Amino acid sequence: MDRGLTLRDVTILKNGAPLLSLSRHIGPGEVLSVMGPSGVGKSTLLAFITGTLAQDFSATGTIILDGMDVTDAPAYQRRVGILFQDDLLFPHLSVGANLAFGLRAGGSKVDRQTRIDEALAEVGLDGFADRDPATLSGGQKARVALMRMLLSDPCGLLLDEPFSRLDTALRAQVRELVFARAKARALPVLMVTHDAEDAAAAGGDIVTLSPLH
Amino acid sequence: MIGRIVTALRSKLSTDVKTRHDHKSRCVLPVLPAITLLAMLGPVIAGLYGTILPAFGHLPAAGLTGPTLSPFYDLFDWAGLPRAVMLSVGVGVGATALALTIVALLTAGWSGTPAFRFLERLLSPLLSVPHAAAAFGLAFLITPSGWLSRAVSPAITGWDRPPDLLIVQDTWGLTMMAGLVIKEVPFLLLITLAALGQADTGRSAAVAKALGYGRLTGWLKTVFPRVYAQIRLPVYVVLAYSMSVVDVAVILGPNTPPSLSVYIVRLMSDPDLAMRLQGAAAALLQLALVIGALMAWRIGEAIVTVLGHRWIMSGTRGKIDPIVGGLALTAGIVCAFLVLAGIVVLGVWSFAGYWSFPDFLPDQLSGRNWMRFGPGTVEALGETALIAAVVTLAALALTVGCLEAEYRYGLRLSSRGIWLLYLPLLVPQTAFLPGLQTLMLNIGADVGRLPVMLAHLVFVLPYVFLSLADPFRAWDVRMGVIANALGARPDRVLWKVRLPMLLRPVLTAAAVGFSVSVGQYLATLLIGGGRVATLTTEAVALASGGDRRAIGVYGLMQTGAALILFALALIVPAIVWRNRKGLRYG
Repeated sequence: MDRGLTLRDVTILKNGAPLLSLSRHIGPGEVLSVMGPSGVGKSTLLAFITGTLAQDFSATGTIILDGMDVTDAPAYQRRVGILFQDDLLFPHLSVGANLAFGLRAGGSKVDRQTRIDEALAEVGLDGFADRDPATLSGGQKARVALMRMLLSDPCGLLLDEPFSRLDTALRAQVRELVFARAKARALPVLMVTHDAEDAAAAGGDIVTLSPLH
Repeated sequence: MIGRIVTALRSKLSTDVKTRHDHKSRCVLPVLPAITLLAMLGPVIAGLYGTILPAFGHLPAAGLTGPTLSPFYDLFDWAGLPRAVMLSVGVGVGATALALTIVALLTAGWSGTPAFRFLERLLSPLLSVPHAAAAFGLAFLITPSGWLSRAVSPAITGWDRPPDLLIVQDTWGLTMMAGLVIKEVPFLLLITLAALGQADTGRSAAVAKALGYGRLTGWLKTVFPRVYAQIRLPVYVVLAYSMSVVDVAVILGPNTPPSLSVYIVRLMSDPDLAMRLQGAAAALLQLALVIGALMAWRIGEAIVTVLGHRWIMSGTRGKIDPIVGGLALTAGIVCAFLVLAGIVVLGVWSFAGYWSFPDFLPDQLSGRNWMRFGPGTVEALGETALIAAVVTLAALALTVGCLEAEYRYGLRLSSRGIWLLYLPLLVPQTAFLPGLQTLMLNIGADVGRLPVMLAHLVFVLPYVFLSLADPFRAWDVRMGVIANALGARPDRVLWKVRLPMLLRPVLTAAAVGFSVSVGQYLATLLIGGGRVATLTTEAVALASGGDRRAIGVYGLMQTGAALILFALALIVPAIVWRNRKGLRYG
């Protein structure tokens, strides 16, 4: 089986007019950074991959994840994890419940609790399970968001300007953590950013998109 | 028309579903917008149809067949008609213009100031006070033997018995107009505030100020045109409502002759079925009057636009701003005071023993009135709550379904489609409810609780939808993307993420719907065939008897029933999310 994330002849169209084209393969543990000016459709590309394309947009091409064609699969069956620049933790759930929401269904209650506690420990947040996410610092929220996504056992990881809201000191730290966790799980990572430093730190290929018209 | 909309929705839906590849088993959700439109517009259209036939003499249930113009001849033979028409138009247009003027000047002169915030906080809960209760309260304040007269008697006036003045139910309908204004000012103010949030108004006002304009003039010249464009439909609703209102007219309006709406209800309640023909003709006349007034209002808008443009070009900076602003603030405070003090005086009467003029307070306060009328109110309260709860839940389910369908399939109402939401509020109640009743009579359907619920739904749905739509759409859809990416199906995202996060707006929308249902008079009276007794129908029925103690008890219960859910909408999220800082102000 061909592991990793493959975008085959993907073209994003806005109201029928082509916006961008991309055809790449991202192997397990590899990072592809996509750069380009705002409005070029970087985030729309990610929306196509997660299966949540907005009304005005359409796309052609094929998305293959770990050998499976997921182009037409519903969003919730794709197993594509995504992180945005905001943590987007569910404000009505505790930190632990946020993680439980992400954790794949199945397993005993004790078992699930153990996995959540382990996930928190993995990012240095032992004992945070009962906390209100709104009381966490920016870095702590980013780490919870990362672990929530990883617990859902994704086959690929998308990053949408994930570090742009963090201050400089925190930024390097969180960035390192995200790439290390992704590598440890051998996940293909597609990152869109307009920060050259982020792209360089990712260590993978860099694609710069320019408007098609 | 509905058929065309449904077809359009369906064809749009099938293409969207195909391209979006959403789950196939979800077959209920996509048709909810069509069901909602049907629930909202179906009764209106059926009611208008049921009005037109008898208006032209066709009423098989009474053995009459048309077409004939005799119902109209009978109507025009009624000596009171010119006066009734004048009342309907004068009170409706007057109350709307006055309320809009107060709100516009108040917002222009004071928005952003502490005084404005205070008034805003004062007026918001008053929005849910039922019209009938506010009208009774106003009557108890301003009648010659009312609280205001007692407050200054005999010390200032020298009255030791009530003066012989016709204030309430005055021939010109001025008190009725006042009763409408004090209720429509809170409504228009809140609508205006919502519109202000959407237009970039703060900076325009600041620029105008920097150019040397007074606060009020600057706001009127730069912000008001944008705001009015947004509140136009609600203003039309106020106009249509004020022209055709029944309960306020029964309580505060003149009797001989009454306003056209009250006359229609009298004809429709006549045991002689033939009177319904004339009632239907009068209902069509009412509809024509409202349509005519709306068109005239539109022409008025054009004239105001031209005059306003001239005013802007003149460059005047607003020398009398402080005076106008002061007047507007006074008017706003008077409105709030009249509603609030009205509720208080209802409360005092409900506990009053012997209370002679000009004493400011009763000789003794006791629970005797409540012991006497309490059991009756409890029964009416049960009926009111049952109807309001079922209707509110149905409206909430349909609204959430529509909004969720919009989110999943892009089934969004266009800006023209928004008219459809307002249509049930623009067609005068007295034009289609009598027809709906007649129609049910003709097809032999039983009057009673279920039809009343369906009729309430017509009025509750638009308000619930308009109340919930903005917060529902403002929800960060990336939350949904994240939840989907975590493997949650759309239904799970709705129930476990979106609705819990929107708990407060959902409860507020429910409270709005509940209070609208509690306040329904005509729909309950006509469609219930007089057999469904809610707090509102019972309270309004007391108007002619003039037993102030009974009215106090019923009016207070009615207000309480309308307000209780607003209290819950504040308290419940605060308790449920007490440990969730991110939702405390959401």
